[in-house]
Amino acid sequence: MWAALTILAAALLGQAPLHDSQYSDADISYGATLYASKCVACHGTQGDGIGGVNLRSGNFRNAVIDRDLERFIRAGSPAGMPAFALDNAEMAGIIAYLRNMNAFDNATVKTGDAVRGRALMDGKGACMQCHRIGATGSRVAPDLSEIGSARSAGSLQRSLVDPNSQMMPINRPVRIVKKDGTIINGRRLNEDTYTVQIIDDHERLHSLQKADVRELTISTTSPMPSYKSTLSEGEIADVLAYLLSLKGQQP
Amino acid sequence: MTGNRRALAVCLVCLLALFSYRVHGQITSQRLTAAPDEPQNWLMYSGNYSSTRYSPLNQITPANVKNLKLQWVYQSPVAGDWETSPLVVDGIMYITQRLNDVVALDATTGRTFWIYRYTPAQDRIVCCRANNRGLAILGDTLFMGTLDAQLIAIDAKTGHQLWKSEVASTKSGYSITLAPLVVKDKVIVGVGGGEYGIRGFIAAYDVATGREAWRFYTIPAPGEPGSETWQRCPPDSKGFCDPDAWKHGGGSIWLTGSYDPKLNLTYWGVGNVGPDYNGAQRPGDNLYTDSVVALDADTGKLKWHYQFTPHDVYDYDSVQIPVLIDRWDGSSINVIAWANRNGNFYVIDRATGRFLVGKPFVKVNWMSGFDERGRPKQTPQADGQATFPGNQGGTNWYSPSYSPRANLFYISAWEDYGSIYSPAPSEYKTGTNFTGGGPRNLSAVPGAPGLGRAPINTWTEAAGHGAILALDPGTGREKWKFKMTDVTDAGILTTASDLLFAGGREGYFQALNARTGELLWKTQLGAAIMSGPISFRVGNKQYVSVVSGVSLFVFGVDE
Repeated sequence: MWAALTILAAALLGQAPLHDSQYSDADISYGATLYASKCVACHGTQGDGIGGVNLRSGNFRNAVIDRDLERFIRAGSPAGMPAFALDNAEMAGIIAYLRNMNAFDNATVKTGDAVRGRALMDGKGACMQCHRIGATGSRVAPDLSEIGSARSAGSLQRSLVDPNSQMMPINRPVRIVKKDGTIINGRRLNEDTYTVQIIDDHERLHSLQKADVRELTISTTSPMPSYKSTLSEGEIADVLAYLLSLKGQQP
Repeated sequence: MTGNRRALAVCLVCLLALFSYRVHGQITSQRLTAAPDEPQNWLMYSGNYSSTRYSPLNQITPANVKNLKLQWVYQSPVAGDWETSPLVVDGIMYITQRLNDVVALDATTGRTFWIYRYTPAQDRIVCCRANNRGLAILGDTLFMGTLDAQLIAIDAKTGHQLWKSEVASTKSGYSITLAPLVVKDKVIVGVGGGEYGIRGFIAAYDVATGREAWRFYTIPAPGEPGSETWQRCPPDSKGFCDPDAWKHGGGSIWLTGSYDPKLNLTYWGVGNVGPDYNGAQRPGDNLYTDSVVALDADTGKLKWHYQFTPHDVYDYDSVQIPVLIDRWDGSSINVIAWANRNGNFYVIDRATGRFLVGKPFVKVNWMSGFDERGRPKQTPQADGQATFPGNQGGTNWYSPSYSPRANLFYISAWEDYGSIYSPAPSEYKTGTNFTGGGPRNLSAVPGAPGLGRAPINTWTEAAGHGAILALDPGTGREKWKFKMTDVTDAGILTTASDLLFAGGREGYFQALNARTGELLWKTQLGAAIMSGPISFRVGNKQYVSVVSGVSLFVFGVDE
């Protein structure tokens, strides 16, 4: 199913397929055991143990096709990753796993038709009034152009029916009252000890010194509605198929 | 003493002073012992044998710290987290840069004298971003451990290699990431590799030849004292129990120890037991993992030990820098103060190993108190429930500091941070990961990003935050707290003018009032600060330096 989805995604986005082979379940599970023995110490169970590297996305800057990935793993990186002398079966396994790390809970999720899903997002779901994909939609809610790489199928499905449960903490809505009385409502983009960065309801970027802020309220309630009652199960499956196809722009 | 004899004695002192002036640049063992007497220099990883990371310099003060200006920057060519802490010797700075280069710089301009390049073996096996944390010096010789577990001596004037000794086999998962410690005529190192099923050890090498002088295994062999804590597998054991668990029991050593010249004891923190999380396959307390060991510096013989986390299943490495405090809390006892990864602050009599204080400094739920001998009463959490602190710990390898002026002990801490542990059987295979399952962050959203050191703090308040804590070493009570939004891996420097310097993942480098925690100055350096700042003086000018991202920044107050 995964490979089928990928090809579908490629077709939808008018691009060549990202993956140059299909991955068997056996390879993926063999790869998972290799990952647990050789990679997890640095890359972590979630694949994001190294800053700036997210293995779960299945997409890599320096390794577009599997042969690149193989070369990278064999050579190592001057930034500290050692070279790994894997045999062919091990290499096939680890690549299969890396390309599918994010798909761990696919089996529990029903996906439908991505083309219908796209139409639902534009129309009945009114998703694009807040979200953005590629060059269309609003920037108020998180950009979904690469959501199929960033989230698992299970997480996306739960997000559609129970948005609060899946809202990444960084994306929490903020309400700011500045010392001069100005009120700004928006979504958090980043925060540190002294400052906070947000995008407001009018798609404006703000970076504020906390010293200039009278009130900073961070909500754990997502502004996104649940689609549990407004979309049918089949429609949710369609939307899910479309979301999973969104892998961003490939080089 | 007659007048003449007194004059002679004074003259001898003059001669000695002259002699030490003439051998300017020669770092003797005496100079290392008396490092606090030459505050212009930074002669070892933590600044002195007591590992206080406290500088007696006081030119930069709470009043003028706001005038700190960038003096120079050195940029390393290799990306990645840079954890080195420099040495400064009479105006020359020595740093390691990833992977295993050594660079000698003019400490006032940043211009380079020489670079020694070493390429560790391609088939090296080393965990956790493959770091080197710094150097040791004696005479005109620098010492560096390498990622492929070699110990190298380098001429401090030319950057040429003098000797190289293999400490352990990198193919079996051994590495060296710490800065060595020189004691008298020996250079002492320990080995990393706790995630690869090593059998850890601390070893001393002759400074002139590189020949091994002694070795202390952190995991005793059968029959040796402590081996009784590696218990036999129960006959009815249903799970995966390993009768040879001690052979790959971990106990790595990856931060520099301390030294008490009067007792001639050297103190080292020992890493976690392997496999990290699956305790069932290694029954017993698993000595000397998660312990402090006091070793005779001449022989490596164990004088005493104290185990912080018996039978650890949380990855609570106890490798933290042992900070030595004299005349503790107004008493005549000389102690080690220790903020442990397991979330507790400890005070231990450093002559005997006696437990004096144990007190949580962050939320702790893996234990609920101590018995009279300092053994924790462990309270394992139910499956799927979070353990506090999480596996990165309440603190970790971030250098603490102790200011004798303020009599406060300072640590970088992670607050409100927990992990959910999932142990799993892990069969040992040479050179492969041997963790026995893995933890995940307690977070508001399953699958939320982990502990990345990226410029965007994606895990936020939902998974914890950082803080600098000032603790009363007498009681472990918190005196003040400086709270950060992101967590911190930065070490701490204090000075004789009651300043505290520290950074964090957010990339700010900040100066606080060491007595109150008040923020006095900050600057944004652009990337996570992952090592301890140092201070030094050249001519009449005091400098403070810190590494952020791939750059080393040096600050001073312009006249």
